[in-house]
Amino acid sequence: MSGVDIVILALLGGVLGLDTVSFPQAMLSRPIVGATIAGAFMGDATAGLLVGATLELFAVDTLPFGASRYPEWGSAGVIGGTLFAKAVQFEAGRLTTSVLAALLVAWVGGWSMVQVRKLNARWARARHESVASGSRGTVIGLQVSGLVADLFRGIILSAVGLAALHPVQFAVLERWGTDAALSRAMVAAVAGAVSLGAAYKLFHAVPGFRWEFLLGLAGGLALVVMI
Amino acid sequence: MTAQSVPPPNLPLMTRISIFFRMLAVQSAWNYETLVGNGIGFCVEPALRRLPGGLHGNAYRSALARESQYFNAHPYLTSVAVGALARAELDGEAPERIERFRTALCGPLGALGDRLIWATFLPLCSFTALVVFGAGGSPLATVLTFLVLYNVGHLGLRIWGLQAGWRRGLAVAQSLGHPMLQRAQPQLGKVAAILSGLALPLAIERIILSSELLFGGTLIGALVGAVVLTLVQGRAEGSHHGRVEELLQGRVEGWKISVGMLSVFVLYSVLR
Repeated sequence: MSGVDIVILALLGGVLGLDTVSFPQAMLSRPIVGATIAGAFMGDATAGLLVGATLELFAVDTLPFGASRYPEWGSAGVIGGTLFAKAVQFEAGRLTTSVLAALLVAWVGGWSMVQVRKLNARWARARHESVASGSRGTVIGLQVSGLVADLFRGIILSAVGLAALHPVQFAVLERWGTDAALSRAMVAAVAGAVSLGAAYKLFHAVPGFRWEFLLGLAGGLALVVMI
Repeated sequence: MTAQSVPPPNLPLMTRISIFFRMLAVQSAWNYETLVGNGIGFCVEPALRRLPGGLHGNAYRSALARESQYFNAHPYLTSVAVGALARAELDGEAPERIERFRTALCGPLGALGDRLIWATFLPLCSFTALVVFGAGGSPLATVLTFLVLYNVGHLGLRIWGLQAGWRRGLAVAQSLGHPMLQRAQPQLGKVAAILSGLALPLAIERIILSSELLFGGTLIGALVGAVVLTLVQGRAEGSHHGRVEELLQGRVEGWKISVGMLSVFVLYSVLR
C-alpha cells in the first residue's frame, strides 16, 4: 500500500470517524457505508460491501447511547474494507483477519473518543469564566476545537491502523492453515450470533417478538432457497 | 395567553438555516462535565443576535451564557430544545423560568431519543440494508438504501424538532406527547424484529458463498451462539453475588466476546 493510499484512506477514516459523534451523525460512519467506500477506493466496492455487511452485524450490538463508551466504526470500516480489498491473493482467512482488524480498531477508536471527550472537558474547564460571561468567541471556539480534535483523532487512528495492520495481516495470511470456506463460516456464525443477540436485547420487550422474528427467519430461508 | 397560543415572532430564513447546520455539529464539544451544553449555546446563538442590543448587548451575553451551561439530550432531539430555548429567550421569559425549563427538558428528550432512534430506528435501518445486501444488492443500492432511509428519519426529526420547539416555546412538552412519537417505537420495533429474522439467513448466505451444508451449520451456529451470548450477558448483568459477576457487570458485550473468539481462531489457523 502506497503512502498516498494511506494518506487518502486516513482522511476518509477521519471524516467518517467525525461522523460518529461530532458532525453530522448521518451514519456515514456505519461499517456498511465506510467499508464499502474504502473498498471502492481500492477498486473493489463489492469486497468492501462484503466486509462492511459482516461488520454491520457486529455494529447492531453497539449503539451510541450518550455518555457510554462504544466502538468507533468510521475508521474501523475504512480499515476493514481496505484490508479485505487489498488481500485479494489470499482466499483463506482474508475475511477473518480483516474483520478482526476492524473490530480491534473500533475498540481502540472507542477509547480514543473518550480521550477527546476528556480533552474537551479540560478546554471547557479552562474557559469556564469566559463562557459564563457569554463570550461568543469562546462558545464557538470550543465547538470548533472539539471538531478539529475529533477529525485528527480519526485521521491518526486510520493512518496508524492501516500502516500497522496491513503488514501484520499479510504475515498472518501467509501462514494461514484453515480451509477458506470454514474460515468464512466461522466469521459469519460469530457475526450472526452477535447480531441476533443484539436483536433479542433490543426487541424482546416488543409484543410478539418471537413470532415476528420467526416469521422473518422463515421468509429469509425461503428467499435463500429461491434466489 | 399561554406561550403556545401566541404566534411565534418571525425568525429570518438565514437564521433558521444557520441554526439547522449548527445543530449537525451540536455534539462536537461533547464532554463529561457540561455534556452537550456548549453545543446548545452554539446552536441558539444565531437567534440570540436578535435580542435588544444585538451581538454586543447585555441581553445577548446573558442569554448565551445561560444556554451554554450543562445540558443533556439525544442529539437529534436537541433540536426541540434549541427551537424552544431560542423562542423563550426572544420572548423575554424570566431567566429562572428558562433554567428550570432546560433542566426539565433533559430527561424526556434523552429517553425518547435513545428509545426511538438508537434502540429502534437505527437497527431497523441496519437490518434493512443487510436484507438488501443478502438479496444480492449492489454496493450502491445497499449503501443508498441505508443512508436514504436513515437520513429521511434523521433530518426529518431535526427539522420537525426545531419547528415544534420554535412554535411552542416553553410549552413544547405537548409536542413530545405527539401520538406519532409515542406509537412509533413499538410499531417500528415489530418491523425491526421481522427484518432481523429476514436479514440473518440472507446475509450469512452471501457472506459464506458456500455449500448448503455449510450454510445450515453456520446458521445453526449463529442461533446457538446468540442463545449462549444472551445467557452470558444476562448472567453478568442480572447477578451481583459473586466477584466474577461484579467484574463482568456492564462489560460483557457480544462484540467484545467475538473479538476473543476470532483471535483464538486466528491463532489456531496460524499455528496448526
